[in-house]
Amino acid sequence: MSMNNVGRPTRPEAANDAANGHETLTGARGLLQDEALIFELDGWNKTGVDLPPVTAAPSSDLAGLLRDAPIGLPGLSEPETVRHYVRLSQKNHAIDLALYPLGSCTMKHNPRLNEKMARLPGFSDIHPLQPQSTVQGALELMDRLAHWLKTLTGMPAVALTPKAGAHGELCGLLAIRAAHEAAGNGHRKTVLAPTSAHGTNPATAAFVGYTVVEIAQTEDGRVDLADLESKLGDHVAAIMVTNPNTCGLFERDVVEIARLTHAAGAYFYCDGANFNAIVGRVRPGDLGVDAMHINLHKTFSTPHGGGGPGAGPVVLSEALAPFAPTPWLTHGDNGFELAEHAGDDDAKTAFGRMSAFHGQMGMYVRAYAYMLSHGADGLRQVAEDAVLNANYIKAKLKDVMTPAFPEGPCMHEALFDDRWLEGTGVTTLDFAKAMIDEGFHPMTMYFPLVVHGAMLIEPTETESKHELDRFITALRALAGAAKAGDVERFKGAPFHAPLRRLDETQAARKPRLRWKPVAAAPLAAE
Amino acid sequence: MRYLPLTPEDRVEMLGAIGVKSINDLFVDVPVSARRDAPVDLPHHAGELDVEREMAGLARRNRAAGEGPFFCGAGAYRHHVPATVDHIIQRSEFLTSYTPYQPEIAQGTLQVLFEFQTQVAALTGMEVANASLYDGSTGAAEAVMMAQRVTRRNKAVMSGGVHPHYVGAIETLAHAAGVATQALPAAVDAEDAVIAAIDADTACVVVQTPNVFGTVTDVSKIAEAAQAAGALLIVVTTEAVSFGLLKSPGEMGADIAVAEGQSIGNGLNFGGPYVGLFACKEKFVRQMPGRLCGETVDADGKRGFVLTLSTREQHIRRDKATSNICTNSGLCALAFSIHMSLLGETGLRQLAAVNHQKALALRDALKAVPGVEILTPRFFNEFAIKVPGKAAEVVETLAAHGVIAGVPFSRLDAKAGLDDVLLVAATETTLDIDINVFAKALTKVFAQ
Repeated sequence: MSMNNVGRPTRPEAANDAANGHETLTGARGLLQDEALIFELDGWNKTGVDLPPVTAAPSSDLAGLLRDAPIGLPGLSEPETVRHYVRLSQKNHAIDLALYPLGSCTMKHNPRLNEKMARLPGFSDIHPLQPQSTVQGALELMDRLAHWLKTLTGMPAVALTPKAGAHGELCGLLAIRAAHEAAGNGHRKTVLAPTSAHGTNPATAAFVGYTVVEIAQTEDGRVDLADLESKLGDHVAAIMVTNPNTCGLFERDVVEIARLTHAAGAYFYCDGANFNAIVGRVRPGDLGVDAMHINLHKTFSTPHGGGGPGAGPVVLSEALAPFAPTPWLTHGDNGFELAEHAGDDDAKTAFGRMSAFHGQMGMYVRAYAYMLSHGADGLRQVAEDAVLNANYIKAKLKDVMTPAFPEGPCMHEALFDDRWLEGTGVTTLDFAKAMIDEGFHPMTMYFPLVVHGAMLIEPTETESKHELDRFITALRALAGAAKAGDVERFKGAPFHAPLRRLDETQAARKPRLRWKPVAAAPLAAE
Repeated sequence: MRYLPLTPEDRVEMLGAIGVKSINDLFVDVPVSARRDAPVDLPHHAGELDVEREMAGLARRNRAAGEGPFFCGAGAYRHHVPATVDHIIQRSEFLTSYTPYQPEIAQGTLQVLFEFQTQVAALTGMEVANASLYDGSTGAAEAVMMAQRVTRRNKAVMSGGVHPHYVGAIETLAHAAGVATQALPAAVDAEDAVIAAIDADTACVVVQTPNVFGTVTDVSKIAEAAQAAGALLIVVTTEAVSFGLLKSPGEMGADIAVAEGQSIGNGLNFGGPYVGLFACKEKFVRQMPGRLCGETVDADGKRGFVLTLSTREQHIRRDKATSNICTNSGLCALAFSIHMSLLGETGLRQLAAVNHQKALALRDALKAVPGVEILTPRFFNEFAIKVPGKAAEVVETLAAHGVIAGVPFSRLDAKAGLDDVLLVAATETTLDIDINVFAKALTKVFAQ
């Protein structure tokens, strides 16, 4: 079967090295190779693994259930596999290469010790359902992780199983819902969320059947207490507030927010995406929070891997703790045990199960190793340095860019708007793409939605002053170029990336979501 | 505190540049009552050597699968992962990159996702696939929610062969969203029974093959019955290697195929992280949850890839989004894709055949043990046996003898009345000697 070279070829003849006008004959640029899809690499009869021989035919019981048609999967030899993926890897930006200042995303140093620990066979090669007597070390690790999370947040309980931050939000809201139902308050069907909330907050609330009502924001970027008060009532199940919030600010009135919420009989859900800004210095439990997810991959640095996996344990107040999902970790005469079924004595009020098995053990190991490395003192320093770095960036750029909230300190991230670009012909998007040419990943753009042309910069605590200064120098130079009318530098950017401005509209209009073994017409002709 | 690069001098200089006297001046917005002046009551920082010692101590208290005879399955399977897979996923540019929001400098991740989507679509026999969900169980729950959006109906029927943890995950999400569920009683070979439960309110039928007891089923008839009634057929598979031997969900008429991808490229990891495979018919693509990567061109006409159809997603539509999912299982999907590339069709078919062969050998050995009854009529690499007495006690006894014998069904569902049922699995990692040791130990235990 020869199915190679029938997909869409890259078009070297069209590859224009816009940086210097020099075109290569192959489309490659020195070390930066073009790389075809695995389906175009002539591997239809190949395999890169040696397997034991097959000496017996399938059981006759399976007659009629066997796959006979070709599956359509190419294989590559081991050397070809390595080269394919190494070439692809070279087309990625990564935190190990340079600053990755995405706001509210906390991309920071990923210690390799954590990777090494997660690969110890005693953690990586154990089955979730092997006898509990044979996994006491793993269960104790979960217990210790829970202890650290409870201590750092000042909360009495934690549900470990959610598999990501958004999954944690779901867990928190389901616990809230279960608590309301148990108390005969099932009629509470509204969730309040500020206009600046992470998109997952309203999505989660709506997904589990709540009506979302937005709370207004004050001019200084915080929850409008008067608006909150006017919207609280017997119909409200919970509020969802991110703190520090998505404008990079601490909600000064958070204790009052909690008081008002509780007085109205509702629960306070805190989005803990930015916990790294306060860890060790502020305990959410002291603020009146009832539930908060913690992105282990962010505050406790497990690698994001181009989009996960994450882990989103949820800390819970006394009121919500009885409703946590299964499995529950308990400690009895025989050591650690798991209550795995809702309705068991130990878990009789559990709202149910969020997923198969016990959650993201591999992430627990990484996060716990990171906690041990930092310790109580180091984690406190994490918060201080994260806040210091963000304020340093704000201070050093505030004369050339316009901070969205100039008054007072920011927390972990510095938020700018696009007022300073007015009249230059350069947009936030153009500015971000030009940052790529200067060797930096762009910051978060156009979020939060409450700030026009938002540029949200989060340096994190693992950036050195030297790297911050390099970043600041680059952004000041770019700002100068924009104001000096050097629009071409921005409109065509990036010039020094593997690809330039991808057509996202076309991708959405005519979705091409998989390779197909037929010669396709050029996309441009569609 | 080796992960923090600022020196005390840096900090002083930076505070000066900001124009404040001390770090406390940057925390002024925190209410006084909530400020903590002293570190929390936890140990102080530790050096690399000390952390390694402590973690290794915990790891040693677990019995790793590779240490001896091991037969657990039930939704998580031990396969050999080539060294190349782990090497590549640990490359900085894959391991330490974020969600590919800037496609110009994320083509590595994006092309992998496009290739992954194509591989998953081919394996499941479906038209399109997404770029992965958290795992198979959450994927199954999302599939039910998707069926509700497509059909605008509010009932999900689940066969008695669906993994009880998957049933649990589906029920949690469905009940929160107001979708009724009907889970049929656990049964080794009764996938067809769901047909009788289909009515005018049925949004979807969820079946599993091979099912939680290992039974392989042709679900074509169920597909016809579901679709004739205007419902969707969701086919769940927990052992992705089985796709190399058995008819795919697509060939049997599935509308949505969901699978756990852990078996390919990913270790057991005590239950996670895993990788959810999610594929469907093309006409439903705009109702599909999760992340999608699509092909497009760049400003120079070169082929490239971007995240697409994100208007379905939370970051644009907020409370109108199709799900609250914000991420995928990127690195696990990468591991899956690399392993799949190494195997190719040739390797996958052979791997699947070897798995089946090992399971047949296991069956023959266990069948010869007095007191054991083989329950699963047709299987791939896993089957259920009936033992005298409680399976959980048998498993504990064998564990004391160094044999991890399998998963007692009571561990998955304590109320099914199947306390004497044990699920056993064999893969290419199972040695003939392991099978002999298991059979002999079992014979001894039952003789006592």
